Amino acid sequence: MFWSELSSPTWTQLDGVRNLQGEINRLFENYADFREDFPPVNIWSNNEEIILKAEVPGIDPKSLDLDVNGDQVKISGERKADVPSEGVVCHRAEREIGKFTRSFRLPYEVDSGKVIAKCSGGILTVSLPRVESAKPKKISVQSE
Amino acid sequence: MSLFKKNENQIEKVDGGKTEMTRDLPVFVPATDIYEKEDSILLVCDMPGVNEKNIDITVENRILTISGHQEMQSPEKHDQIYRGFINGIFRRSFQLSSDVDDSKINAKLANGVLNVVISKAEKAMPKKIKVETA
Repeated sequence: MFWSELSSPTWTQLDGVRNLQGEINRLFENYADFREDFPPVNIWSNNEEIILKAEVPGIDPKSLDLDVNGDQVKISGERKADVPSEGVVCHRAEREIGKFTRSFRLPYEVDSGKVIAKCSGGILTVSLPRVESAKPKKISVQSE
Repeated sequence: MSLFKKNENQIEKVDGGKTEMTRDLPVFVPATDIYEKEDSILLVCDMPGVNEKNIDITVENRILTISGHQEMQSPEKHDQIYRGFINGIFRRSFQLSSDVDDSKINAKLANGVLNVVISKAEKAMPKKIKVETA
């Protein structure tokens, strides 16, 4: 072996069992698609717009799809395996591959024509402006 | 004060208590693929939101430590309405065997993925023995 991962200095038998459990879980995870909460997403909002950020490391922006419909937004895509070249030996594959989909209901309707999405450094940033008709109207109270 | 202490302990728990924290951020273990090529070992680590300048790769006593901290700003004048992830530090250590050359390590960051290439040591490659004539 060319490396070994450093484990906790307080190694106990229980750790061994836990590690084994982890190894077995990992074995089966590789055959399934992404876990349900991929990609991890943060959402911010104010009266004007909603900003959504997602962690999408190693995903080609071209294989990312964004669907906006009224107050719903759906992120879907696929992360392909990036095996360096033929003839290499894979010792560990923890980075999940496969297709993923996540949908969110937003607090108000957004203008799908004005949505801007950017991807940089493995972070997808989407700006979703509110539709004019859904903007709150301020009504001033007049005194007589 | 007591809260700070508690946080510190939590971080040490994640990290195995081996390193001193200088930032009050959670530590994550980056998902890593490991490949072996003919002449090198390739580590592929997911590090979304980490800038090139915030990545530290060190080798000490044949322990390779990769760390990178996320520097993502929250949008101003917005309220957070959903939280699926928080900023933190990605850190992972590997004990290198004598079969790799720890002075020949290259790293490249692209699209939130860090690639670290470690060359194999001469002795791990097949050796040629010269036959001398008497």
